[in-house]
Amino acid sequence: MKQKGRYGTYGGFYVPEVLIPAIEEIEAAFLQFQNDASFVAELNALLTHYAGRPTPLYHAQRFSEAAGCSVWLKREDLLHGGAHKTNNALGQGLLAKVMGKKKLIAETGAGQHGLATAMVGALFGMETKIFMGSVDVARQNVNVHKMKLLGAEVIPVSGGTCTLKDAINEAMRYWTANVDAFYLFGTAGGPHPFPMIVRHFQTVIGTEARRQCLDQMGRLPDFVAACVGGGSNAIGIFSAFLDDAAVKLVGVEGGGKGLDSDHHCATLNKGRPGILHGSQTYVLQDEHGQIHDTECISAGLDYPGVGPEHAYLKDTGRASYVAVSDEQVLNAFALLTRLEGIMPALESSHALAWLLAQKGTLPPDIVAVVNLSGRGDKDIGIVEEHRPIN
Amino acid sequence: MGRYQDVFDSLNRAAMIPFFVIGDPDTETSLRIVKTAIDAGADILELGIPFSDPVADGPTIQKADIRALKAGMTPQKALAFIAQVSAYKPIPIGLLVYYNLIYQYGVDAFYRDFKQAGGTSVLVADVSIDDAEEIAPAALRAGLETVFMATPNCPDERLQQVVKYTTGFIYTVSLLGTTGERQRFSTLAKPLIQRLKRLTQTPVCVGFGISSPEHARQVAADGANGVIIGSRLVKIIEDNLNDKDQLYCQLQAFLAETLNALKTVQDDTSAN
Repeated sequence: MKQKGRYGTYGGFYVPEVLIPAIEEIEAAFLQFQNDASFVAELNALLTHYAGRPTPLYHAQRFSEAAGCSVWLKREDLLHGGAHKTNNALGQGLLAKVMGKKKLIAETGAGQHGLATAMVGALFGMETKIFMGSVDVARQNVNVHKMKLLGAEVIPVSGGTCTLKDAINEAMRYWTANVDAFYLFGTAGGPHPFPMIVRHFQTVIGTEARRQCLDQMGRLPDFVAACVGGGSNAIGIFSAFLDDAAVKLVGVEGGGKGLDSDHHCATLNKGRPGILHGSQTYVLQDEHGQIHDTECISAGLDYPGVGPEHAYLKDTGRASYVAVSDEQVLNAFALLTRLEGIMPALESSHALAWLLAQKGTLPPDIVAVVNLSGRGDKDIGIVEEHRPIN
Repeated sequence: MGRYQDVFDSLNRAAMIPFFVIGDPDTETSLRIVKTAIDAGADILELGIPFSDPVADGPTIQKADIRALKAGMTPQKALAFIAQVSAYKPIPIGLLVYYNLIYQYGVDAFYRDFKQAGGTSVLVADVSIDDAEEIAPAALRAGLETVFMATPNCPDERLQQVVKYTTGFIYTVSLLGTTGERQRFSTLAKPLIQRLKRLTQTPVCVGFGISSPEHARQVAADGANGVIIGSRLVKIIEDNLNDKDQLYCQLQAFLAETLNALKTVQDDTSAN
């Protein structure tokens, strides 16, 4: 490997020896092409004309009244595919293409990354396999159907809690036997070089949002909030504000049924440093280091690890990480839907829920940007289950 | 307790190295399984501490890990188990672990306690040779030998790093993939054994996918100093969970047959 992939003491590439040549190959290609003029031009053209960038920054005035401060939404829900995942899938898919790869594999939780990968597989004519926990296959069946329509093979994974963690395990196992495939990793975690690559392709969210703040408000926001599972949408928007010391960065984790229960996925709040999926980072685990099962209403956040850069940002204090409960999330989902006519993904609803919980503690002239990382169509079944409409 | 070199020196054939998950399906049965393997002629033992997320393992060993975890196995109990095995017979014991388990225990503390329990080496499945500095010096400080993996897709420069850090034997992965039984033995093993033999005198033991006495014989004929058999044995456990006598009996028979197969190959290419 050319680089160590460290964020402070976190990160690295703890994988079986057999996978090293595969990640070395991806690292080398990324370092070669990330600033290559024709690669960048092709990616930018795709982001603009295929995916619909830039996405708007929208001042949600009715929601602002409910939250008691000025709330602006970075509308990644409007991106082709319905979530920020398309940014990374296009970037890595293009990388796979210039590397001459013919096969894509990916893990998915909520199905948004799987969907984005399936779209890119269709676009570039590549064989695509998506590994997805069997529990997630059931609760995100709309996305499963979409992936299949796009020509991807969806492989349900049973094992563990049958969610994102287990999908990553199985994708890594498949990769060790098929090192010629390109593993299109979906979140800013896993072994180096993935945290670096995913951050790079998601930085466009923050770069746009920062410029839009200056253009539309003439100032930077006081807060930037984003949900954190693995943390790709959060690192994407945070990255552009890291040097703006006055901008507070808030990552919101899945508090599930409560942080004192065993039913949450709030890794940075309740985990401790360890090694999972190739990365040294915060991990939800028992006293012996066995990885904990997680439980969260949002499949996309339901993961016992987190991207290593978030672990670093937590320890250095540059970002703070909080958690909200499933109940708060459902309330936030309902509120944005009814007040703004925007149906947010349950993942993104975590960031909205945190903001709502701050009501009364923040002066009304406070400006908060929330990364609305995805749209909620995929979640209406889950919402119906918890809050039936009579 | 024993040193690997003593074993390789004493044999004029490839060593038989069975692998089991400690505590599979429960501690008591697991101990009897390991004793059965020792009595059947195991030269070295390879034992795994069960982990919740074993990414290098195929379905058979994943299930064994789950059985052992459900039965309450922990790293601490695994060390006590190893001490019991050592007390039964001072046989070299290589441990296979995932990094998080020893990271949480504390690498130095774990190696010290493992050595004290009678262990010989620790192979960390998810630490590549690039990070050998994180674990190899601690192993040597504790008086342990070191074992690292070589895989068919390792270029020679990496193999040289593996050789540099390995004092015990090179755990040579016969194929690209996870552990598990295979119908046919991988054709990738022989060229890798030959490349390693050109680079080093360090013993080369081959694992992954060795599923029959005939596979074992073939690996020995290809020049391996030891043959590691895991999933095939663990499958015997899985298939006989309700009949322990049958379990021990089948294990004994399979290992006896494998040992006979290995004895048909005289090892002139031994590390010495």
